[in-house]
Amino acid sequence: MLKVSQRTRQILVPLISILAGFLIGAIVMLIFSYSPLQAYGSMIKGSLGTMASIGETLRQATPLIFTALGFSIANSAGFFNIGLSGQALAGWVGSVWVALAFPNLPTFILLPLAIIVGAAAGALMGAIPGFLRAFFGTSEVIVTIMLNYVMLYSSTYLMQNVMPKSFRVSQDATKTITFHASLHVNWLSNMFGGSRVHFGLFLALIALVVVWLIMKKTTLGFEIRSVGLNPYGSEYAGMSSKKTIIMSMVLSGTLAGLGGVMEGLGTYQNFFIQTASLSIGFDGMAVSLLGSGGSLGILLSALLFSVLKIGGLGMQTGAGVPFEIVNIVIASIIFFVAIDYVIGLLFKQKKANKAIPETPVAVETAEVKQDEQEGGRL
Amino acid sequence: MNWVSMLALIVSATLVYSTPLIFTALGGTFSERGGIVNVGLEGIMVMGAFSSVIFNLTFADTFGAATPWLAALVAGVVGVVFSCIHAVATINFRADHIISGTVINLLAPALSVFLVKAIYAKGQTDNIAQNFGYFTFPGLAKIPVLGPIFFKDTSLMAYIAIVVALIAYWVMFKTKFGLRLRSVGENPQAADTLGINVYRYRYAGVLLSGFLGGIGGAIFAQSIAGNFSVGTIVGQGYISMAAMIFGKWNPIGAMGAALFFGFAQSLSIIGAQLPGISSIPSVYLQVAPYILTIVVLVLFLGKAVAPKADGTNYIKSK
Repeated sequence: MLKVSQRTRQILVPLISILAGFLIGAIVMLIFSYSPLQAYGSMIKGSLGTMASIGETLRQATPLIFTALGFSIANSAGFFNIGLSGQALAGWVGSVWVALAFPNLPTFILLPLAIIVGAAAGALMGAIPGFLRAFFGTSEVIVTIMLNYVMLYSSTYLMQNVMPKSFRVSQDATKTITFHASLHVNWLSNMFGGSRVHFGLFLALIALVVVWLIMKKTTLGFEIRSVGLNPYGSEYAGMSSKKTIIMSMVLSGTLAGLGGVMEGLGTYQNFFIQTASLSIGFDGMAVSLLGSGGSLGILLSALLFSVLKIGGLGMQTGAGVPFEIVNIVIASIIFFVAIDYVIGLLFKQKKANKAIPETPVAVETAEVKQDEQEGGRL
Repeated sequence: MNWVSMLALIVSATLVYSTPLIFTALGGTFSERGGIVNVGLEGIMVMGAFSSVIFNLTFADTFGAATPWLAALVAGVVGVVFSCIHAVATINFRADHIISGTVINLLAPALSVFLVKAIYAKGQTDNIAQNFGYFTFPGLAKIPVLGPIFFKDTSLMAYIAIVVALIAYWVMFKTKFGLRLRSVGENPQAADTLGINVYRYRYAGVLLSGFLGGIGGAIFAQSIAGNFSVGTIVGQGYISMAAMIFGKWNPIGAMGAALFFGFAQSLSIIGAQLPGISSIPSVYLQVAPYILTIVVLVLFLGKAVAPKADGTNYIKSK
């Protein structure tokens, strides 16, 4: 049995979860007589093999960072936001709509306007479950899931029946937005071999820093974390837990909406019929859970899951393994993260151990860190 | 269309769409009465739908008209196996119930579509040859007015679901097993003190939900969908969960709520044939079940009380 410090443990648990997830994927592949080595090999090649594929991986990571940040903010307030995909979809439709409505406005007005409208659409979708939870005690889990389906059907309806006909090329898709509203920048695409990586990547990196600042350095962030840890205690200390819950959901929806904006103004440059909930929603949740809600963790796990997603496409063509194995691996990783208690049993923590005397100060800091981790997780 | 045949259409469509929800919602009551929140019902339904369709396609020639019934049982067993993941994670491994349930919901579509691709080399199965079809009760169908509405060309499985709901009520409130199951969901410490094996009863609750949820998925696939793809089960598991909450964690109440949601779901399908409703844009009927779920939760949840220890992990002290 390994003896490790608290910090090492925090790094080891996700790493072991990742390895175990890949192992499960390999076992499933072996059962169906696919070669795991060949599959994972072509996965790496497909996601990191060329500059273009690296660009695509970064492009995939961009919306995931936004949705994951959205999940983590709500989660800090003790709110389980499964509605990320509906909120992202709202952002996607909203931003593309604005971009198509004012195609000839100058970039410095149109681009921010489209982004803001998309973010606001997401915020609105997030505010609904926040409001219902705060004032009626309605379970956010079911409300957010239901809103995902409502948004899914409504988005098709909005495009086909509410948008002016001149915005569409067919019943299935809108026109492409003009370059005034596009996040596409030539030098970046050219640097990564003509891939669809776009300026949103930098916005995502900025968001990582901004969210970290909000959560650690502002009163709002403190209140969100505090309500998440103990709503009654926070209420007693003079914070309004209702206001905080709604604010956290508005922020969460805003970020998820921005995730959708990245798809609309960055990746696809239009909107087309969606037949299932956006995958960036549930994937963002997985990214946040693996990254245990922190900005650095989210960045790294967003990159990992993008390697899986983009590499999975290469795997399907390169090794003939169905793409779904990627989602099996992701689900398994989250499963192992969820049972971190068991994984933690694999190694002992360096504390309260009679063989190694430690100063009380060290024990205390370790416990504080544990509190933080619990608050960040759920 | 005269009003008897119109009512008959509404009733039979409601019954067909309610049946999967009733079974799954009943499963939910067993799991949550035992203290384990099961968001994974959706994923369990996916596995049930998947396994029943595979069984149906493979054995339709062997078993003939009995195939869908056997397939539903097989799906129940697959549901039990799949729900073991949730049971182990939440009962033994102290996982958060919602995260574990979400893992089930992420895993099920991925695994089932992977298997479909591995077996059939395409993303969607063929249509099944044997489905539940329609059933006419001999004798009862002859009753004037009521007969054609309730007993002619209707869903036999729906009536079985209603009987199962009654049995579930009896099990939960009139038997020793039910009393003990409820006690571990209300106050596991006290139950443990009295010598009740908390873990065993919680396992029983989750596995029962797996069995019933698997059957629910199988019924949906074999009476409504007709084949299996990633889009077969879209939210029915979550709606069942809402039905269970609306029904106040009571099997009879859950059944009633499931009938209500079934009616809402069926409207978007049969609405085109009904005067008055056919003029409403289809999107409103499509989103109606989901909006109704939210409205119902907002209006009634305040009065409903979940089992006290629902969603909490029980850690036995040594």
